[in-house]
Amino acid sequence: MESTSQAVEPAHSKLFMRPTWTTGFGSWLTTVDHKKIGILYMLSSFTFMGAASVEAFIMRLQLMRPGQQLVSPDVFNQLFTMHGVTMVFLAIMPLGIGFANYFVPLMIGARDLAFPRLNAFGYWVYALGGLMIYSSFFLGGAPDVGWVAYAPLTSLSNNPGFGVDFYVFGLFLSGVGTTVTAMNLIVTIVNMRAPGMTFMRMPVFPWLMLITSFMIIFAFPPLTIAFLELIVDRTFGSLFFVPAAGALPILWQHLFWIFGHPEVYIIIMPAFGMISEMIPTFSRKPLFGYPVMILASILIAFMGFAVWTHHMFTTGLGPVVNTAFSLTSFIIGIPTGVKIFNWLGTLWGGSIRFTVPLLYSLAFIVTFTLGGITGIMVAMPTFDAQVHDTYFVVAHFHYVMGGGALLTFLGALYYWFPKMTGRLLDERVGKIAWGFIVVGFHTIFFPQHIAGMMGMPRRIQTYPDGIGLEIWNFASSFGTFIMGVGMILVLGSVIYGLRRGPRAGNDPWDARTLEWATTSPPPYYNFKTQPVVNSLDAFWAWKHPESLNVDPIDPATAGKKYDAHGIHIPGQSWYPLLASAALIVGSYGLIYDNWILAIVSGFAFIFCIFGWAFEGVGGHHAQPELEGEAV
Amino acid sequence: MPIRWLWRALPVTVLMFLLAGCSLDGEQSMFSPVGPVAQEQLDLFMWTWYLSIPVMLIVGGVMAFVIVRYRRRAGDDSIPGQTHGNMLIEIIWTTVPVIIVILVAVPTVRSIFNLQTFIEAGGEDVQVNVTGYQWWWKFEYPEYGFTTANELHVPVGTRFVLDLDSADVLHAFWAPRLGGKVDLIPNQDNQLWLQANEEGVFHGQCAELCLGAHAYMRFRVVVESQEEFEAWVESFQQPTIEVVSSDPLASQGRTLFASKGCIGCHSVGNYAEGVSYGQPNFPNLTNFGQRHTVGAGLLEANLENVAAWIMDPQAIKPGNYMPTLWQEDDPNREEEATAIAAYLLSLGSDEVVAGGADGAMAAKTVGGN
Amino acid sequence: MSADASAHAETPAGVGQGTITPSGWRSTKLPDVKLLMWVFLASDCMFFGSLIGTYLAYHDRSLTGPFPADVFDIPLTTVSSFVLLMSSLLMVLALHALRSDDIPKFRLWTLGVAAFGTIFLGFQVFEFVHFVNAGLSIHQNLFGTTFFILTGTHGIHVSVGVLWLLAILISSYKKPTSSKDAVYLEIAGLYWHFVDIVWIVIFTVVYLVEFV
Repeated sequence: MESTSQAVEPAHSKLFMRPTWTTGFGSWLTTVDHKKIGILYMLSSFTFMGAASVEAFIMRLQLMRPGQQLVSPDVFNQLFTMHGVTMVFLAIMPLGIGFANYFVPLMIGARDLAFPRLNAFGYWVYALGGLMIYSSFFLGGAPDVGWVAYAPLTSLSNNPGFGVDFYVFGLFLSGVGTTVTAMNLIVTIVNMRAPGMTFMRMPVFPWLMLITSFMIIFAFPPLTIAFLELIVDRTFGSLFFVPAAGALPILWQHLFWIFGHPEVYIIIMPAFGMISEMIPTFSRKPLFGYPVMILASILIAFMGFAVWTHHMFTTGLGPVVNTAFSLTSFIIGIPTGVKIFNWLGTLWGGSIRFTVPLLYSLAFIVTFTLGGITGIMVAMPTFDAQVHDTYFVVAHFHYVMGGGALLTFLGALYYWFPKMTGRLLDERVGKIAWGFIVVGFHTIFFPQHIAGMMGMPRRIQTYPDGIGLEIWNFASSFGTFIMGVGMILVLGSVIYGLRRGPRAGNDPWDARTLEWATTSPPPYYNFKTQPVVNSLDAFWAWKHPESLNVDPIDPATAGKKYDAHGIHIPGQSWYPLLASAALIVGSYGLIYDNWILAIVSGFAFIFCIFGWAFEGVGGHHAQPELEGEAV
Repeated sequence: MPIRWLWRALPVTVLMFLLAGCSLDGEQSMFSPVGPVAQEQLDLFMWTWYLSIPVMLIVGGVMAFVIVRYRRRAGDDSIPGQTHGNMLIEIIWTTVPVIIVILVAVPTVRSIFNLQTFIEAGGEDVQVNVTGYQWWWKFEYPEYGFTTANELHVPVGTRFVLDLDSADVLHAFWAPRLGGKVDLIPNQDNQLWLQANEEGVFHGQCAELCLGAHAYMRFRVVVESQEEFEAWVESFQQPTIEVVSSDPLASQGRTLFASKGCIGCHSVGNYAEGVSYGQPNFPNLTNFGQRHTVGAGLLEANLENVAAWIMDPQAIKPGNYMPTLWQEDDPNREEEATAIAAYLLSLGSDEVVAGGADGAMAAKTVGGN
Repeated sequence: MSADASAHAETPAGVGQGTITPSGWRSTKLPDVKLLMWVFLASDCMFFGSLIGTYLAYHDRSLTGPFPADVFDIPLTTVSSFVLLMSSLLMVLALHALRSDDIPKFRLWTLGVAAFGTIFLGFQVFEFVHFVNAGLSIHQNLFGTTFFILTGTHGIHVSVGVLWLLAILISSYKKPTSSKDAVYLEIAGLYWHFVDIVWIVIFTVVYLVEFV
């Protein structure tokens, strides 16, 4: 709940003084509170996901029967491009970051991220970048080159329209946002853990967000460079991806996949972390093999950078290269399998409650395992030669990303909704929705394995009739209706739950980690007193210390001395939003060759940086006792 | 409730079995291999498929057991033993995946070597230079000195090597029943060795997004006996250009082929000296009458389809670069298109088109030239 | 794994490594901004690595001239590299001065770093103009494309550094500066040294390698 705050230190800069609204539109535009930013991420992600679902639905309608012309090839190419771009960059990855934003500080006993304004900047540049990409639909056409945008499809001569420009500028900027947020998370997790929370006492979700953030900071630069090179080619006429000048199209593929493969682990790691929170909670047991899980995740992150060429098995790199990357791709399956077994080991011997989050976790295990199996299959160059660029691969990655990440995030939504809103989502409707989603998902994607092996390439607006593909495509398209019902039920459930859901209380699930130790929703300063921990599953240890063989801690008093300087709440600011807007406007300038606009925006951006640097500390000190919040 | 999981599994399982009951054979199916490369690729898949069945059963089985055995009974609020882990179990369930990986990796590496052996074995290869264009295929036979488009002929039981290049963007050559695909990348020389041990006409399709009409960039591989292959090659040495039948439609088509401008892009004389029709960057139509399909693997090449293609190529292959040669309300459209189609179908064909807009053909063998 | 039974409730393990700051508890004694800079520099390594990788991938693939050996002037570039290297020395001196609360010296050396950085940029501009006059541009060939974008990106990094140092310098006149603020100069120093090291790599891999 919000409470009025008094500005104690006046801002130094006269321009755009640090605002202090706590409610209303302005408070959301200028917020630096990780919880508000987390919610912004979640809202944007689910909105973009809705758009991507519509794109998918239209595609599946078009493919329901061969030879249809519901949409032209050009429009279809835009649909699958935007579906991929939206799902990967604008929906699934930001959703993980959004949950991380909200819950990592709470789970490590911190009051915010290390750099709150940078956090806000990361959000705005992602959201505005995403909107910029979508504006392409209204400004001459969306990009139509696939989410991977292979050169030389993207060259000015092959693709003179603006679609590719919107793609490359929008994602360049969104990527900057993601990268700075990852840096922010690293500093937060390393530097702001509660007293007593050594790394080996930190919950798995922050651990995996730490690992994910390291992957982000190493994986995004190659993509940024690829985009930079393409931008310079298209805007200034350089020759990076111009075959006529001797350029190598395969350079794009290398740069893209050096990013692209770690990217899929960046997508799934937050999900792994969430599963590792939900399963222990609903088994009433700690995670089985916690150190092994952490080590396995670190190994996956390292190995994730060593497999990228398995996306390029058919590009003629030769048997030695193919063998090497095939072997590394097999090896990465080992720690992943170990994680699956550890989750089963957590359930074993527990007292399992079949709540909606747990049901999604179980569906995740089955679906992700199947996706992992097909992953091992496509890691074989010999077999991949047949199924690369076919619906077999489409099925594989939807199983791991849709079944893996999406199902988990839906479970996490049910799990953490009570904490964020103070209300519970309806379990019965949730279970029905789960049923529709899971059945629908498998109906959509299982037949696609077979379609691929029977000769259906991907990224095609229609397919030859009479070669046996009709039944699989029909079944797959039929599944979208089933899954759609489920997703709509979830949406309705959320809307209803926000208004009428039963009150949740601090700890509706009898959970294990610190976010449940404060109110639902948490006060803006997170915890009344600095939490102090002396074991893993710190909150469980506060509640049931005898079950973990630890000394009990009194949360109300243990942390008082760490708040000796008072609880400093960071001040709000206009500059993250303004700086993001300047970058976006400047991009439009560069796309339309409006150099004045670009240069003015550049100066505006620099001005914002200076304003940001010199606007002064701002913020205030919270006084929970006076504000009447309970811990 | 654990029952819920089983209910969920049921429709999926039933679906899977039902669907598996449908045939997996098909014109572009990797389950119907006709050559050693495709066979090797299928065999490797089958091995991993069999290996994955116990994995799925074990994971599924353990989960089914766990959710039944350890579900919370109503009213039971006890805290179960807070087991943190077990080193021995971790070692076991790390070792098992390692073994599985080895069981997959060894056959994989062996198959890569097998395919290398296939490639490096001595012997005469039929050589074809493949150039990918948006959205058609150029096939050149350098040993025999001619060019054709969209239909590849090879002798049965003989290895052939495709030199793959692209004139514009990325493409990929994929004839699943013969083998897996290789990409066509500008400035990069990729090669694909294949062999077909059965005669027939096999389907292929571009498998790398090339924008626009990517979905319509298909081709055929015609595998025939050595004699038939040689006859086909021979027919390109002195291809038919003029009409040799008495069909007035084909003659009219011959005239229109020049007057409507087709000759500006499409060669029918294989660029032979003194017969410099057409451009190398557009599909070569020499001996078109022998082709099985029109539009790059899209439709069977009969009079009706070829005429429809010539009349309105955009309706069949949206976005392709062939212009529409008549206004929609032009009264001569259908007749002229059919005439040109008749002309094209007469090229290189042993049979002579004997009149009739309904496409009826009376066979009458005429000597080569 | 056994439960952690050895912890004391009031001073649990790990507390000793942390510290209480005005912004609250910190679990290490590393300032946030310093950790952020190190993380940023790790990321920037991949950034420049990709650009250098692109240059190397396209090395000797230009279809037409001018080629590197035609335009490179090693003696000149050696001088500019030396200037940049010396600027890093001045940076060390500036930080030392600030840590010792010798504000005039701190201002002098900081100005010196900015000046040397600007001289380096001046050399770059001079060199680029010479190359353009020789017919090299980003449209001309792959060498022009990859060279100008790589060194241009580095030049932008240097320019940002110069602006940053000037801002620190000017800010030191606007409000009292002392060794308490040394960490902000230190992170500028880390950034500056990184940019210098990147230049050493570029100078070696792009320039010197042509003449081996």
